[in-house]
Amino acid sequence: MRHAISNLNAWLAIVAVVLTSSSGDVLLSRAMKQIGDLSDLRRRRGLIFVAMLVLRNRYFLFGVGCMALAFYSLLYGLSWNNVSLIGPAAASLTFVVNAVGAKIFLHEHVDHRRWAAALLVGAGVVLMAL
Amino acid sequence: MTLRKYLVLAGVSIFAPVGDSLLSYGMKQVGNISIHDIPDLLLAIANPWVGLGIVLLLGFFGSYMTALSWADLTYVLPASSLGYVLLALIARFFLHEQVSLTRWLGIALVSSGVGFVTSGPEVTRRPPRRRASDRNIAAEPSR
Repeated sequence: MRHAISNLNAWLAIVAVVLTSSSGDVLLSRAMKQIGDLSDLRRRRGLIFVAMLVLRNRYFLFGVGCMALAFYSLLYGLSWNNVSLIGPAAASLTFVVNAVGAKIFLHEHVDHRRWAAALLVGAGVVLMAL
Repeated sequence: MTLRKYLVLAGVSIFAPVGDSLLSYGMKQVGNISIHDIPDLLLAIANPWVGLGIVLLLGFFGSYMTALSWADLTYVLPASSLGYVLLALIARFFLHEQVSLTRWLGIALVSSGVGFVTSGPEVTRRPPRRRASDRNIAAEPSR
Protein backbone atom coordinates (compact mmCIF):
# COMPACT_ATOMS: atom_id res chain seq x y z
CA MET A 1 0.00 0.00 0.00
CA ARG A 2 2.78 2.39 0.98
CA HIS A 3 4.64 1.46 -2.23
CA ALA A 4 1.52 2.25 -4.32
CA ILE A 5 1.06 5.65 -2.62
CA SER A 6 4.75 6.41 -3.16
CA ASN A 7 4.46 5.55 -6.89
CA LEU A 8 1.23 7.55 -7.30
CA ASN A 9 2.81 10.63 -5.70
CA ALA A 10 5.96 10.20 -7.82
CA TRP A 11 3.97 10.01 -11.09
CA LEU A 12 1.77 12.97 -10.09
CA ALA A 13 4.99 14.91 -9.54
CA ILE A 14 6.38 13.74 -12.92
CA VAL A 15 3.23 14.96 -14.75
CA ALA A 16 3.44 18.29 -12.90
CA VAL A 17 7.16 18.66 -13.72
CA VAL A 18 6.61 17.88 -17.42
CA LEU A 19 3.71 20.35 -17.82
CA THR A 20 5.21 23.22 -15.83
CA SER A 21 8.77 22.88 -17.16
CA SER A 22 7.59 22.62 -20.80
CA SER A 23 5.43 25.74 -20.36
CA GLY A 24 8.41 27.47 -18.72
CA ASP A 25 10.78 26.45 -21.55
CA VAL A 26 8.41 27.75 -24.23
CA LEU A 27 7.85 31.06 -22.38
CA LEU A 28 11.58 31.58 -21.69
CA SER A 29 12.47 30.77 -25.28
CA ARG A 30 9.91 33.32 -26.51
CA ALA A 31 11.32 35.94 -24.10
CA MET A 32 14.91 35.36 -25.22
CA LYS A 33 13.97 35.51 -28.92
CA GLN A 34 12.22 38.86 -28.27
CA ILE A 35 15.30 40.24 -26.50
CA GLY A 36 18.02 38.97 -28.88
CA ASP A 37 21.54 37.53 -28.47
CA LEU A 38 22.44 38.13 -24.79
CA SER A 39 26.22 37.93 -25.28
CA ASP A 40 26.10 40.42 -28.14
CA LEU A 41 23.85 42.80 -26.15
CA ARG A 42 26.07 42.53 -23.05
CA ARG A 43 29.11 43.48 -25.13
CA ARG A 44 27.34 46.48 -26.68
CA ARG A 45 25.20 47.75 -23.75
CA GLY A 46 26.59 46.21 -20.54
CA LEU A 47 25.34 43.63 -18.04
CA ILE A 48 22.92 45.90 -16.14
CA PHE A 49 21.11 46.91 -19.33
CA VAL A 50 20.72 43.23 -20.30
CA ALA A 51 19.53 42.27 -16.79
CA MET A 52 16.91 45.06 -16.81
CA LEU A 53 15.75 44.07 -20.28
CA VAL A 54 15.34 40.42 -19.22
CA LEU A 55 13.66 41.22 -15.87
CA ARG A 56 11.12 43.54 -17.53
CA ASN A 57 10.00 40.91 -20.05
CA ARG A 58 6.63 39.44 -19.02
CA TYR A 59 7.23 36.11 -20.85
CA PHE A 60 10.44 35.74 -18.84
CA LEU A 61 8.59 36.40 -15.55
CA PHE A 62 5.82 33.88 -16.37
CA GLY A 63 8.48 31.41 -17.52
CA VAL A 64 10.40 31.73 -14.26
CA GLY A 65 7.11 31.22 -12.35
CA CYS A 66 6.51 27.97 -14.26
CA MET A 67 10.12 26.88 -13.63
CA ALA A 68 9.69 27.55 -9.90
CA LEU A 69 6.57 25.34 -9.90
CA ALA A 70 8.53 22.67 -11.83
CA PHE A 71 11.35 22.88 -9.28
CA TYR A 72 9.05 22.37 -6.29
CA SER A 73 7.20 19.57 -8.11
CA LEU A 74 10.61 17.93 -8.65
CA LEU A 75 11.51 18.31 -4.96
CA TYR A 76 8.11 16.83 -4.02
CA GLY A 77 8.71 13.89 -6.38
CA LEU A 78 12.25 13.33 -5.07
CA SER A 79 10.89 13.12 -1.54
CA TRP A 80 8.76 10.12 -2.66
CA ASN A 81 10.97 8.24 -5.11
CA ASN A 82 14.53 7.97 -6.49
CA VAL A 83 16.10 10.45 -8.88
CA SER A 84 16.72 7.47 -11.22
CA LEU A 85 12.93 7.32 -11.83
CA ILE A 86 11.86 10.97 -11.47
CA GLY A 87 14.76 12.56 -13.41
CA PRO A 88 14.76 10.46 -16.60
CA ALA A 89 10.96 10.04 -16.76
CA ALA A 90 10.37 13.78 -16.44
CA ALA A 91 13.28 14.69 -18.75
CA SER A 92 12.36 12.27 -21.55
CA LEU A 93 8.68 13.28 -21.58
CA THR A 94 9.70 16.95 -21.46
CA PHE A 95 11.75 16.53 -24.69
CA VAL A 96 8.69 15.35 -26.59
CA VAL A 97 6.20 17.84 -25.04
CA ASN A 98 8.70 20.68 -25.72
CA ALA A 99 8.98 19.74 -29.40
CA VAL A 100 5.17 19.91 -29.69
CA GLY A 101 5.05 23.21 -27.75
CA ALA A 102 7.87 24.77 -29.82
CA LYS A 103 6.11 23.87 -33.07
CA ILE A 104 2.68 25.18 -31.95
CA PHE A 105 3.57 28.24 -29.85
CA LEU A 106 7.02 29.31 -31.12
CA HIS A 107 6.46 28.30 -34.78
CA GLU A 108 9.88 26.68 -34.86
CA HIS A 109 10.73 24.60 -37.91
CA VAL A 110 10.71 21.15 -36.24
CA ASP A 111 11.91 18.99 -39.14
CA HIS A 112 12.45 15.21 -39.21
CA ARG A 113 15.94 15.68 -37.83
CA ARG A 114 14.67 17.50 -34.72
CA TRP A 115 11.78 15.06 -34.13
CA ALA A 116 14.26 12.18 -34.42
CA ALA A 117 16.62 13.92 -32.00
CA ALA A 118 13.86 14.53 -29.42
CA LEU A 119 12.64 10.91 -29.61
CA LEU A 120 16.17 9.39 -29.60
CA VAL A 121 17.28 11.49 -26.62
CA GLY A 122 14.01 10.77 -24.76
CA ALA A 123 14.33 7.00 -25.35
CA GLY A 124 18.05 7.09 -24.52
CA VAL A 125 17.42 8.82 -21.20
CA VAL A 126 14.87 6.12 -20.25
CA LEU A 127 17.29 3.30 -21.18
CA MET A 128 20.09 4.91 -19.17
CA ALA A 129 17.84 4.89 -16.10
CA LEU A 130 16.93 1.18 -16.36
CA MET B 1 28.51 27.73 -34.37
CA THR B 2 31.48 29.29 -32.55
CA LEU B 3 33.59 27.89 -29.68
CA ARG B 4 31.82 30.31 -27.31
CA LYS B 5 28.44 28.84 -28.26
CA TYR B 6 29.71 25.27 -27.76
CA LEU B 7 30.99 26.32 -24.29
CA VAL B 8 27.54 27.72 -23.41
CA LEU B 9 25.94 24.39 -24.44
CA ALA B 10 28.59 22.55 -22.37
CA GLY B 11 27.60 24.71 -19.36
CA VAL B 12 23.94 23.72 -19.84
CA SER B 13 24.98 20.04 -20.13
CA ILE B 14 27.17 19.92 -17.03
CA PHE B 15 25.41 22.19 -14.50
CA ALA B 16 21.95 20.56 -14.81
CA PRO B 17 22.75 16.86 -14.08
CA VAL B 18 25.28 17.68 -11.32
CA GLY B 19 22.80 20.12 -9.72
CA ASP B 20 19.98 17.54 -9.91
CA SER B 21 22.20 14.88 -8.30
CA LEU B 22 23.04 17.23 -5.41
CA LEU B 23 19.32 18.03 -4.93
CA SER B 24 18.56 14.31 -4.84
CA TYR B 25 21.27 13.69 -2.24
CA GLY B 26 19.97 16.58 -0.12
CA MET B 27 16.31 15.52 -0.38
CA LYS B 28 17.22 12.01 0.81
CA GLN B 29 18.54 13.68 3.99
CA VAL B 30 15.41 15.84 4.34
CA GLY B 31 13.09 12.81 4.03
CA ASN B 32 9.54 12.30 2.69
CA ILE B 33 7.31 15.39 2.58
CA SER B 34 3.56 14.81 2.79
CA ILE B 35 1.18 16.73 0.54
CA HIS B 36 -0.30 18.22 3.77
CA ASP B 37 3.09 19.71 4.72
CA ILE B 38 3.94 21.49 1.46
CA PRO B 39 5.48 24.53 3.33
CA ASP B 40 8.21 22.12 4.50
CA LEU B 41 9.50 22.18 0.91
CA LEU B 42 10.57 25.80 1.48
CA LEU B 43 12.62 24.74 4.52
CA ALA B 44 14.36 22.04 2.42
CA ILE B 45 16.49 24.86 0.89
CA ALA B 46 18.29 25.13 4.27
CA ASN B 47 19.94 21.75 3.62
CA PRO B 48 23.52 22.49 2.33
CA TRP B 49 23.36 19.90 -0.48
CA VAL B 50 20.03 21.32 -1.67
CA GLY B 51 21.57 24.83 -1.42
CA LEU B 52 24.65 23.81 -3.46
CA GLY B 53 22.39 22.10 -5.98
CA ILE B 54 20.43 25.35 -6.34
CA VAL B 55 23.67 27.33 -6.94
CA LEU B 56 24.64 24.94 -9.77
CA LEU B 57 21.12 25.13 -11.19
CA LEU B 58 21.44 28.94 -11.26
CA GLY B 59 24.60 28.44 -13.37
CA PHE B 60 22.56 26.17 -15.61
CA PHE B 61 19.83 28.81 -15.87
CA GLY B 62 22.27 31.53 -17.00
CA SER B 63 23.81 29.28 -19.67
CA TYR B 64 20.37 28.09 -20.77
CA MET B 65 19.01 31.65 -21.18
CA THR B 66 22.10 32.61 -23.21
CA ALA B 67 21.69 29.55 -25.46
CA LEU B 68 17.98 30.26 -26.01
CA SER B 69 18.81 33.83 -27.09
CA TRP B 70 20.57 32.56 -30.26
CA ALA B 71 19.16 29.05 -30.84
CA ASP B 72 15.79 27.29 -31.08
CA LEU B 73 14.36 25.45 -28.07
CA THR B 74 14.21 22.24 -30.15
CA TYR B 75 17.95 22.64 -30.84
CA VAL B 76 19.13 23.58 -27.33
CA LEU B 77 17.35 20.79 -25.42
CA PRO B 78 18.66 17.76 -27.35
CA ALA B 79 22.08 19.39 -27.96
CA SER B 80 22.59 19.96 -24.23
CA SER B 81 21.58 16.43 -23.18
CA LEU B 82 25.18 15.15 -23.42
CA GLY B 83 25.29 15.71 -19.66
CA TYR B 84 23.52 12.37 -19.14
CA VAL B 85 26.23 10.66 -21.17
CA LEU B 86 28.92 12.54 -19.27
CA LEU B 87 27.53 11.35 -15.91
CA ALA B 88 27.50 7.70 -17.09
CA LEU B 89 31.08 7.98 -18.40
CA ILE B 90 32.25 9.51 -15.09
CA ALA B 91 30.50 6.66 -13.24
CA ARG B 92 32.26 4.06 -15.44
CA PHE B 93 35.79 5.43 -15.76
CA PHE B 94 36.31 7.52 -12.59
CA LEU B 95 34.01 5.89 -10.03
CA HIS B 96 34.57 2.40 -11.56
CA GLU B 97 30.85 1.60 -11.43
CA GLN B 98 29.37 -1.17 -13.56
CA VAL B 99 27.57 0.33 -16.58
CA SER B 100 25.02 -2.15 -17.99
CA LEU B 101 24.45 -2.94 -21.68
CA THR B 102 21.06 -1.12 -21.57
CA ARG B 103 22.79 1.98 -20.26
CA TRP B 104 25.42 1.85 -23.05
CA LEU B 105 22.51 1.54 -25.52
CA GLY B 106 20.92 4.61 -23.89
CA ILE B 107 24.24 6.48 -24.24
CA ALA B 108 24.34 5.55 -27.95
CA LEU B 109 20.75 6.79 -28.48
CA VAL B 110 21.34 10.12 -26.67
CA SER B 111 24.63 10.65 -28.56
CA SER B 112 23.00 9.95 -31.93
CA GLY B 113 20.12 12.32 -31.04
CA VAL B 114 22.67 15.03 -30.20
CA GLY B 115 24.51 14.28 -33.46
CA PHE B 116 21.25 14.55 -35.45
CA VAL B 117 20.26 17.94 -34.07
CA THR B 118 23.70 19.58 -34.03
CA SER B 119 24.27 18.73 -37.70
CA GLY B 120 21.36 21.03 -38.61
CA PRO B 121 20.87 24.80 -38.29
CA GLU B 122 20.53 26.10 -34.70
CA VAL B 123 17.76 28.61 -35.40
CA THR B 124 14.64 28.87 -37.60
CA ARG B 125 15.30 31.66 -40.11
CA ARG B 126 12.52 34.27 -40.30
CA PRO B 127 12.11 37.60 -42.09
CA PRO B 128 13.90 40.34 -40.06
CA ARG B 129 11.77 41.86 -37.28
CA ARG B 130 12.55 44.59 -34.73
CA ARG B 131 13.46 43.14 -31.34
CA ALA B 132 12.66 44.52 -27.88
CA SER B 133 16.33 45.46 -27.34
CA ASP B 134 16.45 47.44 -30.63
CA ARG B 135 13.23 49.28 -29.73
CA ASN B 136 14.68 50.23 -26.31
CA ILE B 137 17.92 51.48 -27.89
CA ALA B 138 15.96 53.51 -30.46
CA ALA B 139 13.73 55.01 -27.73
CA GLU B 140 16.73 56.34 -25.75
CA PRO B 141 17.68 59.98 -26.45
CA SER B 142 20.84 60.33 -28.54
CA ARG B 143 23.91 61.62 -26.72
